[in-house]
Amino acid sequence: MSDRIIKTVDAPEGIEGQGFFAGKLDDLVGLARANSLWPLPFATSCCGIEFMATMASHYDISRFGSERMSFSARQADILMVMGTISKKMGPILKQVYLQMAEPRWVLSVGACACSGGIFDTYSVLQGIDRIIPVDVYVPGCPPRPEQILDGFMQIQEIAKSEQRRRRESPEYKALLASYGIE
Amino acid sequence: MTNEQIAQDLVAQFGEDNIFGIVENYGLLNVTTTTDTIVPLMHYLYQHPTFKFQFLTDLGGIHFPDVPSHEFGVIYHLHSLENNVRLIIKLYVTRENIVVPTITGLYACANWMEREAFDFFGIMFLGHPKMERVLNDEEMDYHPMRKEYPLEDATRQDKIDALFGR
Repeated sequence: MSDRIIKTVDAPEGIEGQGFFAGKLDDLVGLARANSLWPLPFATSCCGIEFMATMASHYDISRFGSERMSFSARQADILMVMGTISKKMGPILKQVYLQMAEPRWVLSVGACACSGGIFDTYSVLQGIDRIIPVDVYVPGCPPRPEQILDGFMQIQEIAKSEQRRRRESPEYKALLASYGIE
Repeated sequence: MTNEQIAQDLVAQFGEDNIFGIVENYGLLNVTTTTDTIVPLMHYLYQHPTFKFQFLTDLGGIHFPDVPSHEFGVIYHLHSLENNVRLIIKLYVTRENIVVPTITGLYACANWMEREAFDFFGIMFLGHPKMERVLNDEEMDYHPMRKEYPLEDATRQDKIDALFGR
């Protein structure tokens, strides 16, 4: 126990003094967002089982702040799409994404969600990025819980470093317009 | 109650024109019939005092593109729970006259199974309460399991032929 490596996290950049700390609001808000991402587990197939393992006590995703899974899109921060999405499911997935409030991120877990995976057929959507914008892709069939957590940590990095009001930036607006989302 | 007895009884009841193609595969009796006979045949097997084929295990469509005279088929798997005997009934139709009477009046489970056969092969079932697609998207305008399409998704742009050995 005594030789366990303990990682300490540094405070964000700022001016410190006796009884006060002045830093950028974006940094503090980014920290708050990154460390309390509440996911919407859109688990469809086998990757959903790996996610169940990630949620369970051994790999514990609530260490990373996702203590509460939200199945209501309006209260979720990150949409984790895990599993095969068929073309019939596509509009439903898009509807769920549209119901999410900003700021929102999308994590595409598994080969099927990233690119249709092994199922190159008439019925499977070849990648969810055909209908919604994706932030991080986790490849694997299925990816192990450690890989899912790695993808989740990358989303945390994005949430920490993004500007506070990403929704107003022209690049983001252009991205959403390219998907037909206002 | 052997397969021989079942086959003889069916031929005696319905005639050789309507019950033909009698084959036994791995102990399973296969019988081919016509669209006019299928509903009476199902009812007869259901109400038969000894046979009692009262369980429809499966109903599936099939497409043989090389044989125009019986291109599309519907295969019925029946099971007699009391006697533990299975029976397969095949029914073939042509592309021009791709209509089969429904057996949802007798077996309620045939409802979705016939919708699936319609969805994937285009086989119409006369008298079906809801003849619509069940598994695929409603706007799909073709029948996917027909053996007349290329295997891969035609809208895919990102597959590099070299990596896939083409």
